[in-house]
Amino acid sequence: MGRKAKFNKEGEMVKKGPGKKAKKQKDPSFPKTLQDNDIPKNLSHRQKLRARKRLQKAEALKEKRKLNSKNNNSQKPKLNKAKEITNEASDSEPSEEFEIDSEEDFSNCEEDVEMKPSKGFTDDNKAWLQPKRKIKKAESDEEVSSEEDSSEEDTSDEINDDKSEEETSEKLESLNDLSEEESEGQDEFSDSDGSKDDDEEDLLPIEKQSKILRREQKVERELAEKEMELNVASQEAFKFPTKDQDVTSLQEVQQRIREIIAVLTDFNKLRDVKHSRSDYLDILKSDLCTYYSYNEFLMNRFMQLFPLSELLEFLEASEVQRPLTIRTNSLKTRRRDLAQALINRGVNLDPIGKWSKVGLVVYSAQVPMGATPEYLAGHYMIQGASSMLPVMALAPQENERILDLASAPGGKASHIAGIMKNTGVLFANDVNKDRIKAVVGNFHRLGVVNSVITCMDGRKYPEYMKGFDRALLDAPCTGTGVVAKDQSVKTSKDDLDIQRCYNLQRQLLLAAIDCVNAKSSTGGHIVYSTCSVLPEENEWVIDYALKKRNVKLVETGLDFGTEGFVNYRHYRFHPTMKLTRRFYPHTHNMDGFFVAKLKKFSNVIPATTDVGTEEEEEEETSVGTTEEDSEEPIKKKKKQELVEKNGVETYAKKAKPEKFNQKNLKVKEKQQTLNDKGRTIKKMKKNSQNGQISGKQQKLGPLAPAIEEEKLKNKKNIIQKSTFNKEFSSPENLAARKIVSNDALHKKNKKTKPSAAENLVMKDKLSMTKKKKNAFPKNSVNANVSNDGVLKRKNKNALSPRKSETEKVSDDKVLRKKKKTSSPQGSSTSNEKKKKKLLNSTDSTGSDIVLNKTSISKIRVDSKKVEWDDVPMEAVKKLGDKLKKKHMRKKLGNLGKPMKVEKKGKLNKQKGKSR
Amino acid sequence: MKRLSEERTKLLFEKLSKYIGPNVKLLIERPDGVYCFREQRDRIYYVSERTLKLANTIPPDNLISIGTCFGKFTKSNKFKLHVTALNYLAPYAQSKIWLKPSAEQQFLYGHHVPKSGLGRISESTEKYQGVVVYSMSDLPLGFGAAARSTAECKHADPLTTVCFHQADIGEYIRAEEELL
Repeated sequence: MGRKAKFNKEGEMVKKGPGKKAKKQKDPSFPKTLQDNDIPKNLSHRQKLRARKRLQKAEALKEKRKLNSKNNNSQKPKLNKAKEITNEASDSEPSEEFEIDSEEDFSNCEEDVEMKPSKGFTDDNKAWLQPKRKIKKAESDEEVSSEEDSSEEDTSDEINDDKSEEETSEKLESLNDLSEEESEGQDEFSDSDGSKDDDEEDLLPIEKQSKILRREQKVERELAEKEMELNVASQEAFKFPTKDQDVTSLQEVQQRIREIIAVLTDFNKLRDVKHSRSDYLDILKSDLCTYYSYNEFLMNRFMQLFPLSELLEFLEASEVQRPLTIRTNSLKTRRRDLAQALINRGVNLDPIGKWSKVGLVVYSAQVPMGATPEYLAGHYMIQGASSMLPVMALAPQENERILDLASAPGGKASHIAGIMKNTGVLFANDVNKDRIKAVVGNFHRLGVVNSVITCMDGRKYPEYMKGFDRALLDAPCTGTGVVAKDQSVKTSKDDLDIQRCYNLQRQLLLAAIDCVNAKSSTGGHIVYSTCSVLPEENEWVIDYALKKRNVKLVETGLDFGTEGFVNYRHYRFHPTMKLTRRFYPHTHNMDGFFVAKLKKFSNVIPATTDVGTEEEEEEETSVGTTEEDSEEPIKKKKKQELVEKNGVETYAKKAKPEKFNQKNLKVKEKQQTLNDKGRTIKKMKKNSQNGQISGKQQKLGPLAPAIEEEKLKNKKNIIQKSTFNKEFSSPENLAARKIVSNDALHKKNKKTKPSAAENLVMKDKLSMTKKKKNAFPKNSVNANVSNDGVLKRKNKNALSPRKSETEKVSDDKVLRKKKKTSSPQGSSTSNEKKKKKLLNSTDSTGSDIVLNKTSISKIRVDSKKVEWDDVPMEAVKKLGDKLKKKHMRKKLGNLGKPMKVEKKGKLNKQKGKSR
Repeated sequence: MKRLSEERTKLLFEKLSKYIGPNVKLLIERPDGVYCFREQRDRIYYVSERTLKLANTIPPDNLISIGTCFGKFTKSNKFKLHVTALNYLAPYAQSKIWLKPSAEQQFLYGHHVPKSGLGRISESTEKYQGVVVYSMSDLPLGFGAAARSTAECKHADPLTTVCFHQADIGEYIRAEEELL
């Protein structure tokens, strides 16, 4: 209430702004009188003029005086020479004299002041005031005498100058030889004082001491400066340690860590040329391992994860326990009441911060926080600050069905129940029978009554229960973010542990996603969190889920925390990964934590492909590129391929399953119609650009907004496929394929798959689509005439408007070739499917399009028959014309859609590029 | 999850009515939905029908708890209330006992309540009636059975027990394992 939570390093308050008094003051400026006279002042032009005049006048005066002295030999007693001068000057040139006068007055003012009162002293006073007056008197006497000697030429000004000169010379000498300073210093002092020798004797003892002290201090300062220089020199010369050189104490290790980090921060300048950066890093790593007692593996990970400066902070912060935080149970009490009750028990606490309305930080407590009557009555839960974040990100709402897949000990789950106010249903699962008891205890203590507590393997949860509005997965992890809580992490983890962890995490996350119902009106969200900082367990897992399921990342709703990695070492994650949040002990004073919020937009689980097929595909890509183009373009494309590979390949995985789908299109269709009519079928439509999908599908309702994204993704696939078809336009293939039967073609299709490289070609082709459209009919005629087989293929092309459009190329020759060989997939899979579609389409009645389709499909079947039966050329020609017309009609009818697809394709491309 | 047998239902309600009297009715007839008692592995759970319906899909072996556990039937077929039932007993309790702060800790460690620790007691508490124990700040700490009636309490010796301990919230940390 009073103070704010102190979440910075040592519990200090961080100032928010500059504050009232932060306005920087100017450097102190001293009045000119106090400043050193050594520095020559910059004179203004007029001053210079005056000075020149003054000189002239002085010379004139000299001459005058000489004359005077000759004239007046009688010496007058002079109390103040200056006055005399002024008098004389005023006699001669009053206006100019004024300045000299003032100057002299200025320099003499001290003396004057002291001289005057001395006159009035009583005898007693004289006794102790004498010395000072004597000095002054002596000086003034000297002045007088000297002046008199020099026939009154020298002003007191000059005398002062002389003195200062003497002193400066002393200083210089003393600076020059420091070693002999003390002995000589005194000597010189006395010497230099010369005339003052007797004065020193007259000094008070205290003054003498102070002088001596000052001298000593000066010497000390000099020595200190020397030492400093030496230190600096030694620091700079950090020697690279030899291997046999062992370090005995922790202090030495720490020292070396600091030195190495200093070297590494300015490596070019401070490095030892013989050793590379990695040498330094190796030493640093081993030192850090010994100093913080980590094992080499984990330290390696941390060094890859953090920049050096941050690394040390992180390691330091990981040594220190985070402040104890509690969460108010909003089911039973309010934070204010709880705080009051606890304060009465002698607990010193504060709100956790603005971001939470239920959190409290406990600074100190006279009673154990886990055993107060308030705790037992369920008024609060001891819970780390970071543990509240995933629940806040999940943002549960009342009357929802929510799943916590790994709930023990029930802190987050009870938080969810609190936010839901005991409405809806909360499923809390954990695999561990012993730990699930803690969930039971906590839920009953906290008064959670809407819960179902289960104990099973989370990976199997979708088998029993689905259709949740939200799911929270606080996955089991290596705990590298909570080293302070459990020091054993430092040494116990290795590569295998992490691998085990992220495998489990991936499976659990997929299970959690499967449990959630995408069509939930309020939710469809999944929050994934771990208390680990390693990207393998965080971003990588999320990336995996993004590829495997129809989910997207959304804002977590947490306004602090650092963004998740999009790039980490060689990993390139999904660009939206920056919507995830990371929390570090050294920056947020919380446990190291990761929170990601996913939104499920489709319940369809994309079919998975084997690793083997993926590899095949990759191999195929290289083959495809070589086949495709002449020598020069190949190079270019390969380069492009390399560039875009990151972008495309990572997402190719998603595309692949859908390709796979195509083969099993028939089966899929049925399944999907059963599952999810509207969405899935639409999607399928997109996927199968061959246009084999029946009118039934087209008939199905308008697209739901959620599917739009799906579409975008699918479009990419479409593009890939269409380009793939182009590849077969190479002449060799053409010849071969003419001979090969349908089945053989089919096989080939299976083998060959679209590649990243093919995508590259896409741009050019897409840009030419307009031209192609014009060219298309003409070409199609040519194709018809040429060959039976060609005709067959052409027909298919004609039947699949989308594909044919994308296939078009401006070059007529290429186009023809392509036409002949194009869409082997379509041709191969077509036979059975056509029949099926025919059936479907005939069943379905309604829109014109559907009717069109039915007729087309009939024609398809006809054409098939024609092929098989080897009909004479005339019939073929007729059929070709017919088809052409049909095709045109269809094209006109469907023009909107293919165009759209293309546009989207372009968009998609751009996205791919940006990726 | 199965329905309670007639016999067990009777036992359960008898037990409950010791503490909350006629308020038992309120547990069954609730304005916010239908609630019911279900039995699994001799444990009695009090849960809303809606939750129950959903939980039926979970195999019984994997189902640990649902709603609120009220207590269990012993092997000798007696019903034993658990502290977890306190959430429902406290608001409806007929007779109450308030403990002095000094006696709170003692009770939370499982001891009976002596007369010296008695802060207040509701009027007309009968002997051996079920009572809910509160702290002076109205925090329900547990329940027990009155060892003395209100009248007897007034004249009792400071060291005599006025309330037998049955369950207290200290069990949440003392005996987390045996909560169910």
